[in-house]
Amino acid sequence: MAEPAAPRPTTAAAWIGQGALYMLFALFIGVFSTWPAYRHLPADQALIKLSFTHNGKRVSECRQLSPAELAKLPPNMRAPMQCPRERVPVVVELDIDGVQSVRHSASPSGLSKDGASAVYRRLPVAAGQHRITVRLKDSPGPAAFDYSRDESVTLKPAQVLVIDFDAEKGGITLR
Amino acid sequence: MDPAGSLRSRGLAAFEGLERVFDAAFGSALNPLRHLGALGFLCFWLLAVSGIYLYAALDTSVGGAWRSVDELSREQRYLGGLLRSVHRYAADAFVIVTLAHLVRELLLGRYAGFRRFSWLTGVPLPLFVFACGIGGFWLNWDQLGQFSALATAEFLDWLPFFASPLTRNFLDAASVSDRLFSLFVFVHLGVPLLLLFGLWFHIQRIARADVFPPRALAIGTLGALLAVALAAPVMSQAPADLSIMPGPLALDWFLLFAHPLAYATSPGLVWALFCATLLFLLALPFLPRPAPPAVAKVDPDNCNGCRRCFEDCPYAAITMGPHPNGKAGRQLARVDADLCASCGICVGSCPSSTPFRSGARLLTGIDMPQLPIDALRRRLEEGLAALRGERRIVVIGCDHCAPVDRLAGGDVTTLSLICTGMLPPSFVEYALRGGASGVLVTGCEEGACAYRLGTRWTKERLDGAREPHLRASVPRERLATAWLPAGDDRALAAALDEFRRGHG
Repeated sequence: MAEPAAPRPTTAAAWIGQGALYMLFALFIGVFSTWPAYRHLPADQALIKLSFTHNGKRVSECRQLSPAELAKLPPNMRAPMQCPRERVPVVVELDIDGVQSVRHSASPSGLSKDGASAVYRRLPVAAGQHRITVRLKDSPGPAAFDYSRDESVTLKPAQVLVIDFDAEKGGITLR
Repeated sequence: MDPAGSLRSRGLAAFEGLERVFDAAFGSALNPLRHLGALGFLCFWLLAVSGIYLYAALDTSVGGAWRSVDELSREQRYLGGLLRSVHRYAADAFVIVTLAHLVRELLLGRYAGFRRFSWLTGVPLPLFVFACGIGGFWLNWDQLGQFSALATAEFLDWLPFFASPLTRNFLDAASVSDRLFSLFVFVHLGVPLLLLFGLWFHIQRIARADVFPPRALAIGTLGALLAVALAAPVMSQAPADLSIMPGPLALDWFLLFAHPLAYATSPGLVWALFCATLLFLLALPFLPRPAPPAVAKVDPDNCNGCRRCFEDCPYAAITMGPHPNGKAGRQLARVDADLCASCGICVGSCPSSTPFRSGARLLTGIDMPQLPIDALRRRLEEGLAALRGERRIVVIGCDHCAPVDRLAGGDVTTLSLICTGMLPPSFVEYALRGGASGVLVTGCEEGACAYRLGTRWTKERLDGAREPHLRASVPRERLATAWLPAGDDRALAAALDEFRRGHG
């Protein structure tokens, strides 16, 4: 059976072509697997991370039920204290060098709004000295902030300053 | 033409131009662009083999991960270090060939009808490829891994699903525990297993799936990856330090491009782009399209249950079941209309399709309603009868390759099939006995058949290597084959001229 050959390059040309295409493939992978270099933060900047998970207080205090109210409940549900599950949002403010950078009200998580409130913010700032003021409110009502911290920090280029909340360590922490 | 259709046409023309460049160097059978899926499988197995060695050497703790990987690169440069580099570059190649495979199938419009299942199961797979690849950078726990882990956490935190931000796991060194590292390992080992399952699912409705590239192509690809691994060995960047933001990073743009994109725009925009692309691709098979052609039809009176159509169907659309005549052990082919590509390859495989059967009307076991075997025989007989002179050539081709109908006239009569694989080999002998001085069978180049296996089966049937085969007594010097690029009239005309020269 005759099989007229379709036009094909000579063997040498085909080998050279294959070699060139394999080389191009290798070069493509080799180059773009490392180049161009990526710099996430400019060389003269530092990063402030404001992050916490914190439970706000309950929206209201536990309340003693009156005998009349208890009598209306089924016998197996007559707990003398009624405690709401819902928590208040946690409000946080961050001032950098006297300028408000963040004001956020973090809603409690969960369908019943009884979980922790969480915040994560990243704020690139110029390296150097900064006055950091953080205020946090986790109680109901129009009262003032429950926690605050005011501190002067010196940040090196690329340094990360983490502002967190830890009740066991007295509240707002800077590290 | 609508703008989307025009864009697709231009994209397809560009891709076909690229394929021709590769054809010129590799030939169509070894053209890597025709084996992208198989190359993806090759990358997967390279990753699995190299990954097993790397995992054995990896210290899966926060304190030991960086040191163990760094030592591997420095102290075992030509074993562990080389495998590490191959592992990384194979992951990059996996991304390239997977996305190229997706784009090629999209441009060729291979997403609807009988291909819907393969499309819908294939579209999500690049996500697994990226998930595995990105997770691999974290295990290294150098500054690139630190950046990628944090960027991924920030990206995921944009979704309102997490009660506590994932980013809190990377606030400072104290936040990262060995337990978190176990999660990294789980992601990097568990997701590839899911990917393997997805790949298996993806090829379920493809008979003889191309899961390993031709040996020469596999060796060439491995050679290219080894070459880049030796020329540019992958080394760890500085150890992770969560008290600082890493400086300039040698970023792997194939796998990690989404991180800079999210920082340059916003995580929300990247999520929107990602979801829109995914939804668009998943919706494609459900868009309105012209009615599909008729599917193959089985004639129980002429099907003897030989299973050849079942063996040859490229899309596993044929199953065998009990024959309604009730004879013990007798089977009947059944066509699943949702899977049938209407290619007619089953007609070519059916031994009942021989035109030598007596009877005014030629009936066969399985036939295409839009181009019945009886019509083909009649057309061949009429074409031969219309030819005058001593040289009478029959050119048989397919609707997807170079168009043979334009050659009709003078000393040539033509038969254009749905796919050359539809040709029962006995038609060649029938034509020669019916007065043809020669038969030229044309079809798509190897690896370029629109229905995957039509060219291969036709070659094997004409060579006598596959049933039903062309009888040995047929004079082979009166038969020629030409496997041509789709739509290449000039190559077809050249093949015919050469055939003419050999037949006086």
